[in-house]
Amino acid sequence: MAVSHLAEADPIFGRLSFAALPLHEPILIVTFLAVAAGGAAGLYLLTKFRLWGYLWKEWFTSVDHKRIGIMYMILGIVMLVRGFADAIMMRIQQAIAFGGSEGYLPAHHYDQVFTAHGVIMIFFVAMPLVTGLMNYVMPLQIGARDVSFPFLNNFSFWMTLGGAVLVMMSLFVGEFARTGWLAYPPLSGLEASPDVGVDYYIWALQVAGVGTTLSGINLICTIIKMRAPGMTMMKMPVFTWTALCTNVLIVATFPVLTAVLVLLSLDRYVGTHFFTSELGGNPMMYVNLIWIWGHPEVYILILPIFGVFSEVTSTFCGKRLFGYTSMVYATVCITILSYIVWLHHFFTMGSGASVNSFFGITTMVISIPTGAKLFNWLFTMYRGRIRFELPMMWTIAFMLTFVVGGMTGVLLAVPPADFVLHNSLFLIAHFHNVIIGGVVFGLFAAMGYWFPKAFGFRLDPYWGKVSFWCWLVGYWLAFTPLYVLGLMGVTRRMRVFDDPSLQIWFVIACLGAFVIAGGIAAFLMQIYVSIRDRERLRDTTGDPWGGRTLEWSTSSPPPDYNFAFTPVIHDLDAWYDMKRRGFQRPAEGFRPIHMPRSTGAGVILAGLSTLFGFAMIWYIWWLAAASLAAVVLGAIIHTFNYHRDYYIPAETVVATERARAMQMAATAAAE
Amino acid sequence: MMPKPLPPGRFLRLGSLLALPALLGGCNLVVLRPAGDVAQQQGDLVVISTILMLIIIVPVMALTAFFAWRYRAANTQARYEPEWSHSTGLELVIWAAPLLIIICLGAITWAGTHLLDPFRPLARTAPGQPVAAGTQPLEVQVVALDWKWLFILPEQGIATVNELAAPVDRPIRFRISSSSVMNSFYIPALAGQIYAMPGMESRLHAVINRPGEFTGFSANYSGAGFSQMRFAFRGLDQAGFDRWVAEARSGNGGTLDRAAYLELERPSEAAPVRRFAAVEPGLFDAVVGMCVEAGTMCLHQMAAIDARGGLGLAGLANLRPVAAADPPSGGAGAGRQPGGARRAVAALCAIPEAPAAVAAAGPAAGATPARSRPASLAPLAGAGLPIPGRSHPAEFTALPPRPADQPES
Amino acid sequence: MSTATTTEDQVRFFEIEEHEHPEGASTALGFWIYLMSDCLIFAMLFAAYAVLGGNYAAGPAPRDLFELDLVALNTAMLLFSSITYGFAMLAMARGKALQTQLWLLVTAGFGAAFLWIELHEFAHLIHIGAGPQRSAFLSAFFTLVGTHGLHVTFGLVWILVMMVQVGLKGLVPANRRRLTCLSLFWHFLDVIWIGVFTFVYLMGMLR
Repeated sequence: MAVSHLAEADPIFGRLSFAALPLHEPILIVTFLAVAAGGAAGLYLLTKFRLWGYLWKEWFTSVDHKRIGIMYMILGIVMLVRGFADAIMMRIQQAIAFGGSEGYLPAHHYDQVFTAHGVIMIFFVAMPLVTGLMNYVMPLQIGARDVSFPFLNNFSFWMTLGGAVLVMMSLFVGEFARTGWLAYPPLSGLEASPDVGVDYYIWALQVAGVGTTLSGINLICTIIKMRAPGMTMMKMPVFTWTALCTNVLIVATFPVLTAVLVLLSLDRYVGTHFFTSELGGNPMMYVNLIWIWGHPEVYILILPIFGVFSEVTSTFCGKRLFGYTSMVYATVCITILSYIVWLHHFFTMGSGASVNSFFGITTMVISIPTGAKLFNWLFTMYRGRIRFELPMMWTIAFMLTFVVGGMTGVLLAVPPADFVLHNSLFLIAHFHNVIIGGVVFGLFAAMGYWFPKAFGFRLDPYWGKVSFWCWLVGYWLAFTPLYVLGLMGVTRRMRVFDDPSLQIWFVIACLGAFVIAGGIAAFLMQIYVSIRDRERLRDTTGDPWGGRTLEWSTSSPPPDYNFAFTPVIHDLDAWYDMKRRGFQRPAEGFRPIHMPRSTGAGVILAGLSTLFGFAMIWYIWWLAAASLAAVVLGAIIHTFNYHRDYYIPAETVVATERARAMQMAATAAAE
Repeated sequence: MMPKPLPPGRFLRLGSLLALPALLGGCNLVVLRPAGDVAQQQGDLVVISTILMLIIIVPVMALTAFFAWRYRAANTQARYEPEWSHSTGLELVIWAAPLLIIICLGAITWAGTHLLDPFRPLARTAPGQPVAAGTQPLEVQVVALDWKWLFILPEQGIATVNELAAPVDRPIRFRISSSSVMNSFYIPALAGQIYAMPGMESRLHAVINRPGEFTGFSANYSGAGFSQMRFAFRGLDQAGFDRWVAEARSGNGGTLDRAAYLELERPSEAAPVRRFAAVEPGLFDAVVGMCVEAGTMCLHQMAAIDARGGLGLAGLANLRPVAAADPPSGGAGAGRQPGGARRAVAALCAIPEAPAAVAAAGPAAGATPARSRPASLAPLAGAGLPIPGRSHPAEFTALPPRPADQPES
Repeated sequence: MSTATTTEDQVRFFEIEEHEHPEGASTALGFWIYLMSDCLIFAMLFAAYAVLGGNYAAGPAPRDLFELDLVALNTAMLLFSSITYGFAMLAMARGKALQTQLWLLVTAGFGAAFLWIELHEFAHLIHIGAGPQRSAFLSAFFTLVGTHGLHVTFGLVWILVMMVQVGLKGLVPANRRRLTCLSLFWHFLDVIWIGVFTFVYLMGMLR
């Protein structure tokens, strides 16, 4: 039978054995020791300061969108360090593997590194950061007290984390895929990749994908159903608009990823012939299907960031956003167009000139609304009073960097040009140009902008500026050489090189990567210093930047219930409007507030799902069956819990609001 | 708040932009300055598109810098209009300007994509030099193996591994396929790339205009030996090319027949150059049809049968095991076999030794005897035509009657 | 109520009379969006079938394998179950818990019959060697129909859980909401099956 490989596994341990531990890889052993030591220290500290109960009660089981948002952000930042470690390993390998040198990474290791880098950066860095941001900010912007499905929100986070755990586990137990981040068959098929790597890839993405899809559904419902009275669609802040479009994209594309990965796993587990070359399978179908998800995914990452820049620009220019309506239409255009461009990722598969030029032109058309957005920011700056706080600096850096990435993107959309640049380092430079210059810069702008809202104190500007300049200089240093190398006809994913004239460029790129490493270190330092000096950086007003949208109307950090009274919206820049018309904070009339109750079900179900993924990866059938049964049973038991909400008593609300009023009065008196 | 203008970074960047051409002068931008007419046109398109887009990119960057400086908070001289947020005229411009550029670029794209379609035979070998009617292009059959390139020149009757030569100014027609996984065939100096995929044939038409030695490689990651999957591509004058062919013919490389191909197909890294003095005819078609191994049905035959409705239930038994090749990505950690599970459809006009081979291999593959039995080929003797599935052999008559089991109208 | 939040020009910036977002107010919308995402999964499987459905790998074609009588019977089972689910919803609307449970039981019975027939068909195909490994057509067929079957299985479990929950709690708002979602789900599976029946079975016989 075609599935005989499944039966060969040990009945108890599947294909898991001591041979799966990478004891022959010194780099991994050192990494493992470091991670183990760090982990042990962390566990020790948590135990010593008796934080387990606190974490479990206040964070892990919390259904508060703010807590969940922060947990997403922490996950993203931790995984950024891992993903970046992969990046710098690649840069070093490519900088030294010349003139007969094999470098320091064998193919078996190097190929995992570049695959893991791509997977981690997209799925476990950019996605959690973007989702976390939307989770935190969007309900505050629309004047809601939580999302539509608070429990699902918690569950989604833990599923995302479960996927990340599987990817991290592949580092020390077994191996990760050696296929590139999209795992094209036949290379990812059973015959070419019989090991656990691709299975880790599949199950990590499936587990995390469930979380992402559910979170997408959740946030769409929240935006549609839970906006404060008066907030019509065309009075929604731009970030909320982009969040809506992003989540529509998520819900409309992640099922495609789920389906295509199911088909790939059927090929690998059951022996079907979807993507094999024999018995009628068609590998080209995989490439099409995965990019039908993959291209909108790019916009899932960048759209909310466009929203961030819109908020930041109008706040720091002290001015209404220019062309709100066209901004909204541009966002919607991009959302729709992003579905009909996927083929530009493989012009070179030979679809024929008419098909290629159709997809090339649709791709170019996307640059029109994107260009309009850029102009809108530009004319928001026009006749403004620009305060160059860090978020605004990131925005300017973004505008100058992103246009270059946009230009090279349109260039790659010209099929004949793509024929000479496809899969080259030019392509690598292009998408890092838009992802670092767009998504990453935007995330830093967002973190600087909303951090005081989340924690009640600002981020330290000195280390922030160090990080900013390191990232900006490091980015250009690391990726300009790749543009050049692409024009020299150098392709991606190479491990060793013959031509010595290329080496200088790789060395420069490697230097750039180290400068970026400095940027990441400075960012971590910035967080540390900010926490240390939090009293100096304290903001008691709740509105440190002179904000314009609702989230700045409540305290920092906001109370559990966000708003003591549901706000009523009269203007697009709701908070600006309230300030301008001299509103008074209500001081009485507080009532009990209806809130969702915390639950541990999300952690448990996601944990079991992750266990199921692990069992499937290692062919441990009994464990797979048991954990799957436990997931189903656990979900059913969860539905028997009908008490999912509670009321925050009016006295608590009164006390909270009074404390804030006194604090603000004290601040006002001090000034 | 102190204004924090950006000039240092901007000047730095400006400086590096100015220094760039000087630096670039020293290196070989083969994509922009190739040696083949097709690649040259593609490279020109890169430049033209870039210039076209710079028309809008440069003003945007300049305006960004200018506005950032002009409207900094410290500059209280600048006008401040906090409520100004709409201007229909301006909106029209900001949508129309990119639109116009994209219309131009779209026109170029449409024309360029059709003219430079790799499947389209060449119309010219150089600017102003149309291909004369009746010119026979040099045919090169390319197979991406794990991890090396096989080139078959049917006209010359030779085959080479990891080395290719072509006469200058003669159109070349590449027929490209792959043995196991996806690769991309790319010689930057000659022409753009095209995927090499197993069971499929891609085409590429190109011409080399300058003699010289160039590099070709796979531009799509294909496993452990991918980095060294490189070959030399030589542009030679006609005499040099003839000499190169003669060398291969007179060398002791032997004949590339099916057996030699199956041996060659096995994964190897950094494979040395090899030249075969002769090639078994039809080998490339067998590679594309995935039927080099004796007794395997070719894909095109399978497609023809499928188009006529398959082989019916009789076809169920028509499978034979395939000798499992080493996993191509067999790096340090590999070694697990995929369970010897691969099976292929047996050829209909079976090669005499095939049934015996199948019978020998069948039980070993662990398949149930009923299905690994070499198909009783009796009902299929008509080479799969005309629709043999309609009349079932005796062993299948026990099946429940099917409502649609009527002859076709 | 107090007017503490009005300003000089009488603009209210806060709701004093709290309008609650009652629990589950967005459930129907959320579940609908979920169904659409599920629909996309089926769309992919249909697409895969459309691409691979003719690749018999010199093996059997739909005409050689499908038994339309059986499939028609199967379709009838599922359609009946949809009708009986409708009756369950009517009973729920009238507030009759026991009747609702009974109709749910009937629905589950039809659903189980559907599944049994489908499994019978699968078992037969695999027995004669036309399993999902034989050709891309059969891979796509088993996956599409099997995924639908998996959904029906899930629906069955859900129906049983709902019967228990209606028994325990009666037709409380939460249960009504869940029954509505289940109703959407069950009819959705029907619609998908119509697609499968037409696209896979009927058109397959014509091919």
